[in-house]
Amino acid sequence: MLWYVLRRLAYVLPILLGVSIVCFSLLHLAPGDPLTAVMPEFASDQVIEQIKRSYGFDKPVPVQYLLWLFNALSGNLGLSQVANRPVLDEIVPAMVNTFQLAAFGIGLSLLGGIGLGLLAGYTRRLVTDRAITTTAIIGVSVPHYWVGLVLIAILAVTLGLLPAMGKAPPSPGFGLDDIRHMILPGITLALIPTGIIARSVRATVIDVRKQEFVQTLQANGLPPRRTFLHVVKNASPTVLAIIGIQLGHLVGGSILVETVFAWPGTGYLLNNAIAYRDIPVLQGTILVLATFFVMLNFLVDLAQPFLDPRMTRQ
Amino acid sequence: MSAGDHTPVDGNAGTFLSVRNLSVEFQSEGMPLRAINGVDFDLHLGETLCFLGESGSGKTVTMRSLVQLLPPTARIGGKVWLDGIDVLTLDADRLRAIRGTQVSMIFQEPMTALDPVFTVGHQIAEVVVCHEGVSWSTGRARALEMLELVQVPSARRRLDAYPHELSGGLRQRVMIALALSCKPKLLLADEPTTALDATVQIQILLLLRELQRELGMATIFVTHDLGVACEISDRVAVMYAGRFVETGAMAEVIDGPRHPYTIGLLNSTVHAGSERGKLAPIPGAPPDLLDMPPGCAFAPRCSRVVAACAERVPDLVEVAPGRSARCPRTGDPGISLPGPTPPGFPLPRE
Ligand SMILES: Nc1ncnc2c1ncn2[C@@H]1O[C@H](COP(=O)(O)OP(=O)(O)OP(=O)(O)O)[C@@H](O)[C@H]1O
Ligand code: SF4
Ligand SMILES: [Mg+2]
Repeated sequence: MLWYVLRRLAYVLPILLGVSIVCFSLLHLAPGDPLTAVMPEFASDQVIEQIKRSYGFDKPVPVQYLLWLFNALSGNLGLSQVANRPVLDEIVPAMVNTFQLAAFGIGLSLLGGIGLGLLAGYTRRLVTDRAITTTAIIGVSVPHYWVGLVLIAILAVTLGLLPAMGKAPPSPGFGLDDIRHMILPGITLALIPTGIIARSVRATVIDVRKQEFVQTLQANGLPPRRTFLHVVKNASPTVLAIIGIQLGHLVGGSILVETVFAWPGTGYLLNNAIAYRDIPVLQGTILVLATFFVMLNFLVDLAQPFLDPRMTRQ
Repeated sequence: MSAGDHTPVDGNAGTFLSVRNLSVEFQSEGMPLRAINGVDFDLHLGETLCFLGESGSGKTVTMRSLVQLLPPTARIGGKVWLDGIDVLTLDADRLRAIRGTQVSMIFQEPMTALDPVFTVGHQIAEVVVCHEGVSWSTGRARALEMLELVQVPSARRRLDAYPHELSGGLRQRVMIALALSCKPKLLLADEPTTALDATVQIQILLLLRELQRELGMATIFVTHDLGVACEISDRVAVMYAGRFVETGAMAEVIDGPRHPYTIGLLNSTVHAGSERGKLAPIPGAPPDLLDMPPGCAFAPRCSRVVAACAERVPDLVEVAPGRSARCPRTGDPGISLPGPTPPGFPLPRE
């Protein structure tokens, strides 16, 4: 087991390193000089030199990278060039908001995806299955922002049922208003993962139910709820892998959705950082999001052998 | 179901299983496929019946229909009395209650027939817990007892093993332990050794025979291996195209088959009574169940066919005490028994 954890970790570390290199390179890949934004308009060569030195741009690139990485690891992601505050102070509240919305969307998509998938897998070839499969395909094929806009147009503008924009004003505790603000962006966010999870749950469940051991369970007179548990445990490794990937995508999708709904999360932050060419914020946010994505998959990998005992051996 | 065939067979002294006019139809697109057509037999506790026949003759379907373990497309007709219970009319709950406790099944592939993601101890304990309402620790204790009964070495350690960690032979022992965990009185074994190595096959067969005698179960056994069949069975039913064509005591049927199909089957298989170098396959192939010949289903392949054979399906009639055959010509002087005859040309005997 320990060996398995170490081996998975050996996969994860190079990926994280790669992510950090990509993030760091943004600075140099982005068109234009990253310093123009902070440079006084008619700076003398001496001032330019001094600013470069203060940002560490006089050193060779690999050294710059190591310094940047070391700082990032100790929580110093630099200064936002727009807000002139530490990037971390910008990212943390945005992160909290994103996770709040993402958790809501994840909850919706797990509930919807697993529930609909199981329903479809158990009522194969019937009307429900057709309906669910069709819904899943639509869910997967329609773009985020379009759904977001349609939802806003119908539920917020025309019917006035739900708020269309932003987050509930700060209040003590977590109340109904917070949830009301999360419903539209949450549904928008959950749509694609719900469709994909539902389809994979359906396919896996149908697959598992065809296996011979299900007949053994029936031949031994186990009640349907116990047979169901066997089917679920057999289906879970496959489904979990899909869910892991989908949750990552969901967080990625939040960039668009947060923009459509003006939700003050990392997506919103990224969007602004791109618009204002605030490279440190861009780097920091991408680094944090990408790390989250990688760690999520790492955790999914770690969970697999608990669900399927055959995995540790391979 | 033919008229007047309502012999009350329940509660017959000594008879544990009674099957009357059993039929199975599969509803497929278009025509229904009649896989089993009028099967009758009785079985006592402690007795072993073997189904013999070519692939597709209906051995598995017959066996599974006894506990309604068939896909939803199957329509089962006739009567199955199990210890006085009318099995085919049971609702889902009652059916579940007798599965595992009265009737159990052993499948051919021990790898795929066990759940790969639960330990074998859990799988056995679960059946006990579900049927007997005991605690999980009691269920586990029974699982250990069962693994010891089927002679799994270091049984206590094997409780926590997953199926993929066991050899094929051990897995099949676990399957047997699982099937016997709630002390069923009827065991259905569908080619339980076919997937195993020859040496392991013999061990499993010996174990099955021993357990069957020890526990006094009625057993139905399906195999393609005549040697295996002789070894383990008291009686045999030879199946052809969904019907019994010959029944009787195992040894008698092997020594003196009466139905032309049984004769052909024995001539085409290696077994204790066969002579080396005298193997003769039956010409032709089994009939298409969707397009059965009129009259005797074996007629297109039978070397002794006469015009009358195509007129009606022959009845299964007693040809000797305890022996029946579905062919009116078994008593004809032209009918022969296997012997030192050239392939395909059995000479008359007696
Ligand atoms: N689910 C099903 N749907 C339709 N036809 C079926 C189904 N299961 C079995 N059959 C048909 O019923 C007939 C009997 O099949 P069965 O499996 O009982 O044969 P068998 O004697 O066990 O053969 P084998 O020795 O190959 O196991 C076959 O012709 C088969 O095609
Ligand atoms: S009834 Fe006729 S065709 Fe059928 S087995 Fe007997 S002799 Fe052959
Ligand atoms: Mg079979």
